[in-house]
Amino acid sequence: MATRKIVLHFPPSIVNKPLIYKLTKEYDIEFNILKASISPEEEGLLVLELNGETTKLNNAIKFLEKENIKIQSLDQDIIHNLEKCTHCGLCVPICPTFAFEKNPVTHEINFIKEKCIACEFCVKVCPYDALTVNFAV
Amino acid sequence: MAKSIQEINEKIKKRKAVVVTAEEMIEIVREKGESQAAKEVDVVTTGTFGPMCSSGAYINIGHSKPKIKIGGGKVYLNSVETYPGFAAVDIYIGATALPPDDPRNKIYPGEFRYGGGHVIEDFVSGKDIVLTANAYGTDCYPRKELKTYINIKDVNEAVLFNPRNAYQNYNVAVNLSDKIIYTYMGTLKPRLGNANYCSAGQLSPLLKDPHYKTIGIGTRIFLGGGVGYVAWWGTQHNPGVKRAVNGTPLSPAGTLAVIGDLKQMSSNWLKGTSMLGYGVTLTVGIGIPIPVLNEEIAYYTAIKDEDIYTQIVDYSKAYPEGIPEIIGSVNYAQLRSGKIKIDGKEVPTGALSSYAKAREIATILKDWIQSGKFLLTEYVEKLPSSDSEYKFKPLNLREI
Repeated sequence: MATRKIVLHFPPSIVNKPLIYKLTKEYDIEFNILKASISPEEEGLLVLELNGETTKLNNAIKFLEKENIKIQSLDQDIIHNLEKCTHCGLCVPICPTFAFEKNPVTHEINFIKEKCIACEFCVKVCPYDALTVNFAV
Repeated sequence: MAKSIQEINEKIKKRKAVVVTAEEMIEIVREKGESQAAKEVDVVTTGTFGPMCSSGAYINIGHSKPKIKIGGGKVYLNSVETYPGFAAVDIYIGATALPPDDPRNKIYPGEFRYGGGHVIEDFVSGKDIVLTANAYGTDCYPRKELKTYINIKDVNEAVLFNPRNAYQNYNVAVNLSDKIIYTYMGTLKPRLGNANYCSAGQLSPLLKDPHYKTIGIGTRIFLGGGVGYVAWWGTQHNPGVKRAVNGTPLSPAGTLAVIGDLKQMSSNWLKGTSMLGYGVTLTVGIGIPIPVLNEEIAYYTAIKDEDIYTQIVDYSKAYPEGIPEIIGSVNYAQLRSGKIKIDGKEVPTGALSSYAKAREIATILKDWIQSGKFLLTEYVEKLPSSDSEYKFKPLNLREI
C-alpha cells in the first residue's frame, strides 16, 4: 500500500465526467479530498490524498493523465520557521484547511502539517517571512 | 493609602518592590479586591508587540574625508530611500520607505519584501548596511558621491524616534465586498471571511491607564528591547472618543510618540514587516510600567479583555472612503477566542499584534524593575486627556 498527495488541474471540458468515481471502482483506490474548487467556466482544481496498492496507484494516475488532467505531485512542504514567527496569528483565519491553531494558554501558533495542502496562501500573507516553501522531490 | 513614585523607587532600589504583569494583576484584584491589591502591589507592567507604521530612526553617519553635505541630496540604505533633509550627515529612515525600484502594487498584490522596517531590523542586529548618497557639492562640503558600508557600532547616534505608536485600542477590520482585499490590517477575505484585530487588549499599555494618570511625557519605558521614553503624545492622538464605564475607549484613541537609543535595542523587538498588497512597516515592542499609586489605578490595571470593547469596521468601503460607519462591537475575550459573530455569521479572527510577545515584554520589564535596574519616572507633562479639547481632525481639502 502507498499514499500519495496529488493536485489535479481539470480543463473546463471534463469537469462533468465522473473520473474520481472510477479511481475507486476500477483501481481500488481510497481517496480523501483535501481541497476542491471547480467552476464550469474555469479550470477545476482538486487536491487528493490517494491510498492504494502501488501498481494500481500508478495505473490510476496514468488513467487520469490520459483524460487530459494535469497532475502535480504535492511533494512541497510549508515550513514554519519558529525563529521568525512572532505568533501574531494573521495566518490562522487565512488557511483554507485550518492548519494553524493558536494555543489558548500560551497564545503561540501551532502548525499542523497533516492538515496543510501547500496552497501557499499563508506564505504570501505572513508579514515576517516565517512560512516558506520547501521543495522536496 | 496612596503611594508616591519616589516611595516605589526606594523600594525598587532595595529590591523590595512588588512588581506584577497586567495579567497577574487581573488575578490579584479578582481574589483580593482593588483596595488590598493597591496596598500589596507597587508596579504593574504592560506590553505590546504589533506593526506600528509611524516609526523610524535617525542616524548621524559621521563625516567623510573630504566632507559631503547630504542634506538636499539623495541617500539610500540597502537601496531603501531615506530622508536626508537635515544638515550634513543626519538621515531619517522611515519604517514604510521602499527602494525606488520596488514594483509596489504594479504586480498586484505587491509583496513588499524589503523596506525601511527591514533596514532598521538589519541595522539594529549589527549587520553592515550599504549607504549610497548623491549631493550637489558646496565649497565647505565638496564631495558629491558616497558609497560605503555603515554599521550601528560605528555611527555617532542611532536613535529610534516613532511619531505614533502604542495605539490605545484599534479597529477590527472586515471585508463586506465580494472580492479579496489587501490592507494594513492584513488580507481580508470577501463577505466577512475573516476579522482581523490589532491590540494586546488587557496587556496593552494605554488600555491599562485609560485616562493617562501615570503615563505622560517623559515616562521611561521598554522600547525595542532597550530603554526609551515617551517623547510626546503621538500623532492622531484622539482622547475624546466614546468610552466605556471603566474608562477604556470604544474605538482607537490615545497614541504615543516614543524615543530611545537604537544601539541598546534588539532585532527581537524591532521586526521588518511585509504586508501583502499594502507595504512594509516595523513591528515594535513596547512595555510601560504603571505605578499603583492608589485604588483607582489598581482598578484600571486590572481591566480584563472581556471588559475592553472595540468597533468592527468594513475596510472595503467605510474605512477607505472615510464613512463613519460601524458594523458592530466586540470585546477582546471574544476576539481572542478565535471567532466572533457578525450579523449571525461566525467569522474567524486573526491578530496582527502578538499576545505571546506582549506577555514576554511585560515579563522582561517586570524582571528589569525587580532587579533594581529600571526606576520609574514621574511624567513632566500630562498627555491631552479625554476632558481636554484635543481632537483628531480630518484634512480639509481646499481649492487652489
